[in-house]
Order: sequence, then C-alpha cells, then structure tokens
Amino acid sequence: MTKATAAIVGSGNIGTDLMYKLLRSETIEPRWMIGVDPQSPGLKRAAEEGLHTCAEGVDPLLAQDEKPDLVFEATSAYVHRSNAPKYAELGIQAVDLTPAALGPAVVPAVNLGEHLDAPNVSLITCGGQATIPVVHAVSRVTEVAYAEIVASVASPSAGPGTRANIDEFTLTTSRGIETIGGAPRGKAIIILNPAEPPMMMQDTVFCAIAADADRAAITASVRATVERVASYVPGYRLRAEPQFDEPTAVSGSLARVAVFVEVEGAGDFLPPYSGNLDIMTAAATEVGEGFAERIVSRRAAS
Amino acid sequence: MPYSSDLDIRVTDSSLRDGSHAKQHRFTVEHVTSMVAALDAAGVPVIEVTHGDGLGGSSFNYGFSHTPEQELIKAAVETARRAKIAFLMLPGLGLQDDIREAADNGASVCRIATHCTEADIAVQHFGLARELGLETVGFLMMSHSRPPEVLAAQARIMADAGCQCVYVVDSAGALVMEQTSDRIAALVAELGDDAQVGFHGHENLGLGVANSVLAVRAGAQQIDGSTRRFGAGAGNTPVEAFAAVAEKLGIRTGIDVLKIIDAAEDVVRPVMDGECLLDRMSLTMGYAGVYSSFLKHADRQAAKYGVSGAEILLEAGRRELVGGQEDQLIEIAVALAAKSSSRKS
Repeated sequence: MTKATAAIVGSGNIGTDLMYKLLRSETIEPRWMIGVDPQSPGLKRAAEEGLHTCAEGVDPLLAQDEKPDLVFEATSAYVHRSNAPKYAELGIQAVDLTPAALGPAVVPAVNLGEHLDAPNVSLITCGGQATIPVVHAVSRVTEVAYAEIVASVASPSAGPGTRANIDEFTLTTSRGIETIGGAPRGKAIIILNPAEPPMMMQDTVFCAIAADADRAAITASVRATVERVASYVPGYRLRAEPQFDEPTAVSGSLARVAVFVEVEGAGDFLPPYSGNLDIMTAAATEVGEGFAERIVSRRAAS
Repeated sequence: MPYSSDLDIRVTDSSLRDGSHAKQHRFTVEHVTSMVAALDAAGVPVIEVTHGDGLGGSSFNYGFSHTPEQELIKAAVETARRAKIAFLMLPGLGLQDDIREAADNGASVCRIATHCTEADIAVQHFGLARELGLETVGFLMMSHSRPPEVLAAQARIMADAGCQCVYVVDSAGALVMEQTSDRIAALVAELGDDAQVGFHGHENLGLGVANSVLAVRAGAQQIDGSTRRFGAGAGNTPVEAFAAVAEKLGIRTGIDVLKIIDAAEDVVRPVMDGECLLDRMSLTMGYAGVYSSFLKHADRQAAKYGVSGAEILLEAGRRELVGGQEDQLIEIAVALAAKSSSRKS
C-alpha cells in the first residue's frame, strides 16, 4: 500500500471541500467521511466518490478493526476536544481544522517540519495561515518588534462558529503571529465585508521594523515565502509590492513594512471568493501529506 | 415616548471618541479632563471616550494612541460629576477583556459597533456587558447601505443579545432626510418596548442636525453628536447646534444651550487641530457613501503616493469597503499611482 488512509470527520462545507483536495492527493487516500446527520449533503457527495460514510459520529469508525492512519477534524472546537483523546489513544495522527488549539500550531510554509510526528496539530485560523508566513518572512531578515494583521473576509464565508466567538479568532491568530511568526507582540483584526459580489479574502500584514532595515532583502524574503505558500494554496498571491513607511508620530515612531495578499479559493467545492476556507483545507492537505509520507515510509521499513 | 421624566431624548457627546479620528488619536489626559469638565457642566448626560476605532484601536491600521485609551477613560470618570462615561468597541478588533478593563475603570455605558449586516458577531459582547452591569448601546454602522427592513432585522439580533438601545449609525454621512426617519421608524416598529432606538449622524452632506430632528420625530430616544462637530469626515452632528434647535422645537435635552455654545468655542475648539470642514474630501465621502474615518488615512496616502485623495475615496466606495478596512486605502493608492505612472510613460 502506497498511500496513508484518512478519515474526514465533519461533513460540512470544510469537510467536503477537503475531500475533493484529498481525492487528488498522491499520498493520502480519503477512505471515510464521518458526519452526524444522515441527510448531510457532504455524506452524500462522499458516498458518490466511493468513501465509506457514517452518520453516527466517530465512535463506530474507531471501534472497527481497520482504522485510519490519519484523521482530519472539521467539526467544531467542542467536538474535537471530545474526539482528540480517542485518536491519541489509538495512535491516529490528527490534523485539527477547528479552533480547539490542542496540539502545536502549524503553518506548513514555516514549521511543518518540526511537528511531523506530533499526535495532533492545530491549523490556527484562516487569517493565521494567510499572514503568519509573511510575518515570518520579515522576521527572518530583520527584527520585528510588533506585527499586526488585518484579515478581510466575505460575510457569507464566515460561518456561525466564527461569528459566535470572534475573540477566539483574534486571540488565536495573535498568538500564532508571536509563536510562529516571530514577532514578540502580535495583533489580529478581522473584518467581515458583505459586498456583492463577495470580495476575495484579503489580508494585510504590517510589521514594525528598524528604519535602516534592508528593504530589498525583506521584499525578496516575502516574495519567496509567497511562492512557497502558493505551492500548496495556488490562489495565494501578492496584491501589490511590499510598501515601506518611515517612522511617524501616528505610526508609534516605528518604521513599517506593509504586505498585501489575497487568497482566491480553488473552487473545489466552496466558491472561489472564500479563500479563507480554501487556505485551511489546502493547508490541512499539505500537513496531512507531510504526515502521510512518514507513515508510508515507516510502513515500508517495517 | 420621552427618554425619562426630565428628558425627551438623551444626547451622547462623541467628541472624545469620534473626534479621536480628527485628532489622529493624539488625545492627552489634559484634553480629556478639560473637555469632560466643560461638557459635564453644560449638562451633556453621556460622554464617550475611546480611541476612534474603539477599544484596542491603537494600531498601525488605525493609528497608535498618544495616551492609552484606558487612562483617558479613567481621567474622564474622575472628572465627570453628573455625566456617564461611555466607550466604544468593535468585535473583531476589541476584545471582551477590553470591556472588562473599561468597566473596572469606571465607564458605565458600553457601545458595541458592527457593520450593519453583521450584528451576530456582537452577541457575546452584549452578554458580557450586561453581566458586568453596564448599560448597552448597539451601533449598526454604514446604515445608509442597507434598507430599513434589513436594519430592523439586525437590530433585533442586537436587542435579543442584550442591547438596550440600537443606533442607526450614518457612518458615511450619506443619509438624506426621510432615509433617516424611515430607518428609525423600522427599528422602532421592530423593537417596540424591547430596546430604544438612537441616531448617530455625520455632516458630510451637511444634514447632521436635520437628520437628527427627523430621527427624533420618528421615535429615536437617543441622539449622538460631537461638540464643534469634532469627529470623522466633516464631523458629527454639532451638539451645540442640535441643543439649540431642540430647545426651539420644545425637545428637552437637558443641555444648557449657552453653556454648550461657550464650551464649543472656548474649550473644545482649542483642543482641535483644525475645524472639521465640509470640503471636497468630506463631501465626496457623503456623496459616495464612504466611511468617515477614512478621511485622514486617504489624505496621508494621497500625499505619500502623489494621487488624488478624492479618487481614493471614490474607489473605496466602489469596492464597498466597510469600517475598519483602512489598510485597503494604501493598496488603492498604490494601484492609482501605478496607473498614473503607466499613463505618463
């Protein structure tokens, strides 16, 4: 067997979009889709694609002899907190797309290599996936005392979970800016925009830098990182050249670089404007493939 | 229905919050104590003090505060003898912990703002504010951009979450006369006794006072203004003019007209960097329906990139930007500059 097997837990929009990405994977075979509602359109689509489906939650899957190598959790933070210990007990690696933040936070372009054997990894937030690589790109060239991101997403692509707990988004994202991005102080802002037709996900990253920082090196580093992210999120791109500002009173006496990116979704299942959701499923696929390669090579060696 | 036995409507002065935009967030403790003392003495019942973009607004995107806003709130609370001190917060930017801190510092009115289609992101915050014993106000920003029935449905979400007064907020100063009263009437009909209705006007089309009077006639019980118009864009409904007009119409605001006229001239004006003017930029905002606090940001980007500030604002209107998307103005200016240099070459 050359692929690692995977279960997608959660048959909503995210789980369904993820399924289409995994069906194209060369290292992962999505074999199960788990939901809680037999009428779920996601389960129906999964059955059409030849996956085994179950509408009774994750327990029947974990009780059977044949267990997945990997699970992708696309339910809610609450459900994941209850499921995670069961996966861990069975030695099933979990990629967590919910905001539960139980395992180490992973941004594939920055720190996937450090967590390839972690039992559970968290994908932070969509805003984190889109902006932390840029903060890291700047902070590896020059000291970034403070980084701030503004994530603008189309209203219809912000689900009820995000809306009910929007502080969780800003707090989790700021923490990721600090721990993975490399800025001692991070701040995240999220804006929901209801324009019709819906706007593409747009993110702005501001980094405080020294006035004499090497601007050409920063620009080159940002470009390289954007290319790296685009290798797993094809719709990820710069909207403008990085912009530099001298220190002013209003800027808090710091020089800054501003980087503007947008994320166009691949349109696997979700509409292209919802790049915020696409970047999560694309990052999950990238992380899952990293896990899968290790699993397959371990299996070959044994 | 009158606001109380003494007041037909209650006025909130926003010059120490909305004025923060015009001041580019450079308020000091001295500014706050002098203005709060004067407004309080003139009988203004509520005074709002926060960074222009609400709690947590101090940032690259909106401008860093000269003095931390919680210190300003504390100073205001210590200075006010009768007036309640209010603060603003926007979910997605400010946090629940910021609300707790403002409450600890003695502020008593929590005003929570969302874009006028996104009320459900504020449910947690209203719940917390009520738990803390704060009076609550909800802001439906950019209310010109949606019809009355949509606003009424959003107001219902806020009221059900614990909001005690929902404001139609004309962030772009774009509402014209009956467009204001139709929106207020829709909210009054929807909310009934469940919550009051308020109006927050801007002067970008020169209609702050007129729209506010129409709002009162349609049933609004709370009205926002800023003394000397000290606010974003062409500024807010001038409190001193509104108080004078209200008195002539027999609407009781509790504000001493002569005292507030003096406060506007002698205390507030010296704090301002300049008058809030109905000039090309601010009129463009009212005309194109652009969020008023984009003004200073558009000015700065226009100067940096050598492009027209009015064109930046028009493009912001075309893109239907909402409050908080100041970052996009930079990208718009960069694109305009690229277009004009390719035309020259």
